Amino acid sequence: MTTTVASGLTAVREPLANGAVLIVQETAFSPAVTINLAFRAGSLEEPDDRPGLAWFLGRVIDRGTATRSAMAVAEALDDRGVALRVSTNRHVLSLSCTCLSEDFHHIFGVLADVVRNPVFPEEEIEKRRAETITAIRQDLDNPGVRASEALQTLLYGASHPYGRPAKGTIASVERFTRADLVAFHRARFGPAALSIAIVGDVRADTALAAARDAFDGWDAVPAPNRPVPPVSRAAARQQAAIEMADKSQTDIAYGFTSISRLDPAYCSHWVMNNILGQFGLGGRLAENIRERQGMAYYAFSSFDPSLGPGPLVIRAGVDPANVERAIAAIDAEVGALGREGATERELAETRQYLIGSIPRMLETNQSIAVFLQTAEFFGLGLDYDRRLPSLLRAVTLEDVNAAAAAVLDPERACVAVAGSAFARGDGHASFGEAGSAFARGDSDASFGGQAPPSVPHH
Amino acid sequence: MRSTHLDNGLKILVQELHTAPLVSVWCWYKVGSGDEAPGRTGVSHWVEHMNFKGTTNIPRDEMKGIVEKFGGTWNGYTWLDQTTYLETAGRDALDTLLFIEAERMAHGLYEPQECESERTVIISELQGGENDPDQLLDTEVTATAFRAHPYRHPTIGWIDDLRTMTRDDLYGHYRRHYVPSNATLVVVGDVDTEDVLRRAQRQFGSLNGGPAPLQTRPAEPVQIGERRVLLEREGTTAYLKFAWHSPAARHADFFPMLVLDAALTGAKGLNIWSSFRGAPPQRRARLYTALVERGLASAVGGSLLPTREPFLYSVGFTATDGVPLADLEAAATSEIERVREQGLTDEEVLRAKRQLRARLVFENDSVTNVAHQLGYFETVTGPGYFEEMPSHLAAVTAAQVADVAARYLARERRTVGWFRPLERKR
Repeated sequence: MTTTVASGLTAVREPLANGAVLIVQETAFSPAVTINLAFRAGSLEEPDDRPGLAWFLGRVIDRGTATRSAMAVAEALDDRGVALRVSTNRHVLSLSCTCLSEDFHHIFGVLADVVRNPVFPEEEIEKRRAETITAIRQDLDNPGVRASEALQTLLYGASHPYGRPAKGTIASVERFTRADLVAFHRARFGPAALSIAIVGDVRADTALAAARDAFDGWDAVPAPNRPVPPVSRAAARQQAAIEMADKSQTDIAYGFTSISRLDPAYCSHWVMNNILGQFGLGGRLAENIRERQGMAYYAFSSFDPSLGPGPLVIRAGVDPANVERAIAAIDAEVGALGREGATERELAETRQYLIGSIPRMLETNQSIAVFLQTAEFFGLGLDYDRRLPSLLRAVTLEDVNAAAAAVLDPERACVAVAGSAFARGDGHASFGEAGSAFARGDSDASFGGQAPPSVPHH
Repeated sequence: MRSTHLDNGLKILVQELHTAPLVSVWCWYKVGSGDEAPGRTGVSHWVEHMNFKGTTNIPRDEMKGIVEKFGGTWNGYTWLDQTTYLETAGRDALDTLLFIEAERMAHGLYEPQECESERTVIISELQGGENDPDQLLDTEVTATAFRAHPYRHPTIGWIDDLRTMTRDDLYGHYRRHYVPSNATLVVVGDVDTEDVLRRAQRQFGSLNGGPAPLQTRPAEPVQIGERRVLLEREGTTAYLKFAWHSPAARHADFFPMLVLDAALTGAKGLNIWSSFRGAPPQRRARLYTALVERGLASAVGGSLLPTREPFLYSVGFTATDGVPLADLEAAATSEIERVREQGLTDEEVLRAKRQLRARLVFENDSVTNVAHQLGYFETVTGPGYFEEMPSHLAAVTAAQVADVAARYLARERRTVGWFRPLERKR
């Protein structure tokens, strides 16, 4: 067996002649291979009058190619136990799957066909349109999604690609045509916008040969990337409330705009977020709201920096009677960390945790593929896993406190709540109704501390 | 894989995997919501929560950070037949992880104020689940499908039991079930087997033995007529669920049922930990082509999990916006009846078996997941089962699948649940 991960990743990076980038990491854990094809074709790139188009394209792209019917694509994958996952975030549309090693060449060829030659049959568009509208309506019935999306809109504004719905609205989805999909595919899908990660029980030269077979000769030229529109930080506190009957629990989403992934202060903010809402069972937030006050099963913060200044979001789900008390507790923790900073002990523990967790972040083929593609996307280098410990060790208490002071200020927080009857006569007169149909924006691919903390569950 | 016992009855499974400098430690107890009586439902899960709240030698405030100082992750879960705790961390943490689990087995504090604080946390967990209509429907359908067997209770418990249970109820349950002879310790990763056994002896060897509690559960009478549940609440989306009584993991019909489920809804992970990891391959599955491709449902899912005693096989549908539940139910029923009458094609059975074989490989993709598989099957189904799964699957025939479809998916053994959304009230 190899011990690649023990001594750091040993990925091979090979640009193809047409500009696509291939990254291969051999591992020997099991006879399986993970394939991730990532295009710079996220919701940022969709036309402003077509919100949700990138997400919708992800639902239809694998439903037929120039030479394979939708059924033939399904057969090629299903017969080998492969489930293709297409995900769309603000910047990236990716297709990923895991297959048995023996099926690698075949599956890779199918994926390449899917991304190069989709035909978007009308019949498939109509079926996926109905599914997408149902999915948006499910989101409208989910207090967690409603609160999160209302927060994104407060933070970025309804017209900013970070603030508008990733799935679009029912009205926008109803209008998509086949021509919209063909045009978006032509504009965004080309080798220069593609990175390919292959991780698992496959030799690098085999993977490279497969990639050349599948993509050589593809000379489509994608349109230039759109810049992230500017983001202005909230000058005063903003609030939104969405009332939903028959919900046992009210969801709170509370947050700030933060920094970009390329900001030199990234690691300081990462450490700060861990102290606020991750370490242990959700950092200082959960210690207060869950452990001391017993108010919530979950209370944590997440930090999602991307090409533009991503959000720092605090989430908690509480009994409708406790909404104000929970928001007061969040205000208290946010205010204290922003004003007074962290302790040396918190910094030491968090640093030790984050450095120690690097091998675990690279435990599966899928997580290695995501790590490598994120490093590629942000230009962090193939040795990023080995550089990360020293970057984290360099973070000082002053850095963490500066990050906290820069972001955490209750007076400038955006707060959205969604759930049952919390607003009636209990002091939320200032809460206005937020707009409807904010669909969830999947978080951008990045790593380190963004996942909700693990909690004992049943 | 090495399997052995300490003198006090603790079972230990160790598997060396040297692909990353990590170790995953799980401690499993043969107790879950299937062992709970009315009035005390949810006690196993609440006990699980309390076992993160401090022990004699690990103060409450250090319980949660102790694993993370090694870069580790930790968690626990409770289900019908099991309660388990896990940590995955750098291999240097092994001794600490074993120490935590030994403390957890013998020295939980159960301080009254911590029990009270956790009461409201668990009620919050229950209420968060109720926000999801699909989950709410699942609870109602399960409670309707069972009359006598404790599998009818949700693992989290019924709300009134959560309001009235006492600290002594929790502590009594803990002391009865958390004994070495009722537990299995699983260690997988970049370790040396002999070294693990020495360390485990040092941490657990002195804990008092004693008999595992005798667990008898009431038998479920055979269902003799269809049962129905109608939930109407404010919402946006309609859901349909079918549930049939299904064979226990050890029953000869279980593997043909697994193949049947894979053919109907796509192959998924074979236990509760992995079954929700990723979507199943399903576009050629019977119920997907019959309902999703025809536009009646926007999603379909099936669930058949290995359990100690007969549980449920369930199939759930999300109605496409605007499709009446009656139309969806009629179409789904007609497709199920067709399979009961005609069975599946040889090609469908072959595909389902190939998918399940691939899933078995995909699930063993990390030390954490390998350790889960070993512990899950040891605890729920007993020794040998996990290793024998591939050959049991390979042996399934189309005739067996047709036979279990005809017998288990009968109308009179079915419970049907509807979630019908009401328009917004104001």
